[in-house]
Amino acid sequence: MTDKTVSLPEERRHGSFIKNNLRNYGMLMSLIAIMLFFQVMTGGTLLQPLNLTNLVLQNSYIVIMALGMLLVIVTGHIDLSVGSVAGFVGAVAAVLMVTYKIDYTLAFIACLLLGAAIGAAQGYWVAFFGIPSFIVTLAGMLVFKGLALAVLQGQSLGPFPATFQKLSSGFIPELLPEAGTLHPTSMLIGAVLALGLVYASAKGRSREQSHGIEVEPYAFFLGKSVLLACAVLYFTYLIASHRGLPNVLVIMTALIALYGFVTRRTVIGRQVYAVGGNAKAAKLSGIKTERLTFLTFVNMGVLAALAGLVFAARLNTATPKAGLGFELDVIAACFIGGASAYGGVGRVGGAVVGAMIMGVMNNGMSILGIGIDYQQVIKGLVLLGAVCIDVYNQRR
Amino acid sequence: MTAMLEMRNVSKSFAGVQALRDVNFSVHAGQIHALVGENGAGKSTLMKVLSGVYPHGSYEGTIVFDGEERRFRDINDSEALGIIIIHQELALIPLMSIAENIFLSHPPSKLGVIDRDEVYRRTRELLAQVGLKESPDTLITDLGVGKQQLVEIAKALSKRVRMLILDEPTASLNEADSAALLERLMAFREQGIGSILISHKLNEVAKVADHITVLRDGRTVDSIDCRAEPIQEDRIIRSMVNRDMAHRFPERSVKIGEPVLDVANWSVYHPIHPERQVIKNVNFGVRRGEVVGIAGLMGAGRTEFAMSLFGRSWGTNISGSIRLEGRDMVLPSVAAAIDAGLAYVTEDRKQLGLILADDVRKNITLASLDQVAPKRVIDDIAELKIASDYRTRMRIRCSDVYQETGQLSGGNQQKVVLSKWLMTDPKVLILDEPTRGIDVGAKYEIYCIINELAEAGRGVVVISSEMPELLGICDRICVMNDGAFVGEFKGADATQEKIMRAIMRNERNIGNAAPAAAEMGGMQP
Repeated sequence: MTDKTVSLPEERRHGSFIKNNLRNYGMLMSLIAIMLFFQVMTGGTLLQPLNLTNLVLQNSYIVIMALGMLLVIVTGHIDLSVGSVAGFVGAVAAVLMVTYKIDYTLAFIACLLLGAAIGAAQGYWVAFFGIPSFIVTLAGMLVFKGLALAVLQGQSLGPFPATFQKLSSGFIPELLPEAGTLHPTSMLIGAVLALGLVYASAKGRSREQSHGIEVEPYAFFLGKSVLLACAVLYFTYLIASHRGLPNVLVIMTALIALYGFVTRRTVIGRQVYAVGGNAKAAKLSGIKTERLTFLTFVNMGVLAALAGLVFAARLNTATPKAGLGFELDVIAACFIGGASAYGGVGRVGGAVVGAMIMGVMNNGMSILGIGIDYQQVIKGLVLLGAVCIDVYNQRR
Repeated sequence: MTAMLEMRNVSKSFAGVQALRDVNFSVHAGQIHALVGENGAGKSTLMKVLSGVYPHGSYEGTIVFDGEERRFRDINDSEALGIIIIHQELALIPLMSIAENIFLSHPPSKLGVIDRDEVYRRTRELLAQVGLKESPDTLITDLGVGKQQLVEIAKALSKRVRMLILDEPTASLNEADSAALLERLMAFREQGIGSILISHKLNEVAKVADHITVLRDGRTVDSIDCRAEPIQEDRIIRSMVNRDMAHRFPERSVKIGEPVLDVANWSVYHPIHPERQVIKNVNFGVRRGEVVGIAGLMGAGRTEFAMSLFGRSWGTNISGSIRLEGRDMVLPSVAAAIDAGLAYVTEDRKQLGLILADDVRKNITLASLDQVAPKRVIDDIAELKIASDYRTRMRIRCSDVYQETGQLSGGNQQKVVLSKWLMTDPKVLILDEPTRGIDVGAKYEIYCIINELAEAGRGVVVISSEMPELLGICDRICVMNDGAFVGEFKGADATQEKIMRAIMRNERNIGNAAPAAAEMGGMQP
């Protein structure tokens, strides 16, 4: 058979690109549609700078954990304990900082290490003992929920040192003279980011072209880049006109970029997907499958700890109920974002979009005054619907 | 005599691709009708039309059974008439007993309670009919593939089969089990059951078929009445591939060099039953440029031997020495084995060889990511180029290297697996059943690749249950039985009879004659 990739007629190439991109960006478009819907329904409240900033703050810990959960799900496992772990780590952080007055940097690092140790303890049973992750982390969920209660002795503990609170409630410092309500430093960072993204994708495209690889049609590339840049600029404009970029948004963005890179471009990322796709074949290809599975759980533990710290800093107290039910939102975010429950499939971008869909719906429905009861019903149906669409798409 | 089944002018297309064009096909009662053709020729599609998987209306043409036109809506409609299909992948539930499997859908019952006595009585009857001496209580997982196949047939008989369709029934069976199965088919012929046999193994087809239909590209290209004319394998192959294949095995110039792999005193124990020695202190060697075959029955320990060499991926308590190019090696892990220059192409490419959901490119580079990832970051352009090179070199037929491997045909999947292992630049390649479930044309290409590998100075080990294949491509054939090598022949001297005799003599010597004889069925000399 001959090479089919060369010289398709122009319209067909456009057609197939639209089709492919629709599949890849389907969830992103759903997010945009959902945002528009709530923007209209709430009479413009959703995208007000204040509300948007809150939206980011409220969902940061879900996004952070979704990054770790995605890897766990891609290896074909699940982690039900993340909510309890986040709550437990927040409680330990409060005890260290409030009760024992330990320096917040030291306490912060200690908490992340504690998260790693918890992840390692659970990952050990899953990876090297072959106990189903569902069971191990179900046990972990109970254990750490209980330990959080024990550590806090059933009480709330706070307040945290002011600097630690900045982790969640702080904004990046303003270095430039203020221009009305707009924060120029934030705006500048947004502009640099937008330009950087466009530059990087243009460079990648020309690199591929110079190697004779078929690339997307120029019109699409241009349109996509302009849209992306505009979206980033508009978003930063909104955020910058309230109090500037929140610290946690910076952390989140850096993590998303890091995990996106690791999953798409590194050997370890590729191997994680291989383990999830077919563990036996991966093993016979020289991949240390057990070790990788173990490491994804360690990674999950660290991110759950970070999320716990962010959440505690945001509330400014550690409560025994912190982290309750987080795991459900995190897991839902990954599946809405297109991860496969059988492993081997899932994208960082998808999980982030999934988390944002959940966040926007929570926020929008609250503004509309829909009760917590029906909010859950709707979220459940959205999860089912999203996965149904995904399964349907894959069957075609 | 009128035909029991007649399929007239059947055409079927999928999204613009014509899978069947005006196929005419008929089977008489008490006839074994073989359906042959390359993978993708339309055999399975035709059988799915017949069994109602593709319901009436989704194809053109008519199906006449017992003189009446039939319009099957689903597989239940065809089963009700006694048309039973046994798929290549067996549909048995491993942790249930033989009896439970046979009467899975319609167990004899009284008031909704399963009548166990009746189930057992009828199961015993059915097992006797297929010649299987097992208790109805035996779990499927405890049976070998050959016996599982017989249970499937017993299950078909329980449904009062009149037309039995077997899709590659002997693909995973050894010679003895295959022979036993074919004998059953001939017994059914006497009882007036019509059989449709889909097979790639032409010697079997020649042995049992009354009529042969050859499909190519969805058309009937040849129809041979075996009673009227002698069967010529060459003619069948010619019709299947539409090209004259003077030789089924490619020629090559043999240049054998220094020893590259030397295994001495190798011993392996069973991972679950550690007291059982599976590989019994064997010695084995390959030279550069040499193709060595390992023959043997299913369960002889060939795969276990190969996998234990390959980074101890099978077995426990492994001892013995491995020398590669004269240097002693310790290979505790697959990664170490790959680094040392070993490659093992597994017998089960779907379960153990490929990541089916991943594309061709990712599968090819999986075992040697370091080559495309300086500093652990993948250079996607270098990766794409290497994958595209292999695609051209190995003639992998795919739309591009981004196509999912799960969508490729068996032969092309095997080429992807071979590419993966070639990329590791091995000194010795062990190929376990490299042509299983692959059509004749693709087989020839795989043989050519094996020759190229040997000519490039690599040592090649081929494990195969198809003896003609070993005889056709190997310079030397070692015969394994019961975990030990029991014979060795130069390629030119070896014959199927000599190999079988070596196995049989060993079976008798180890005092294992009783179970062995049962397994050998009709093959006992």
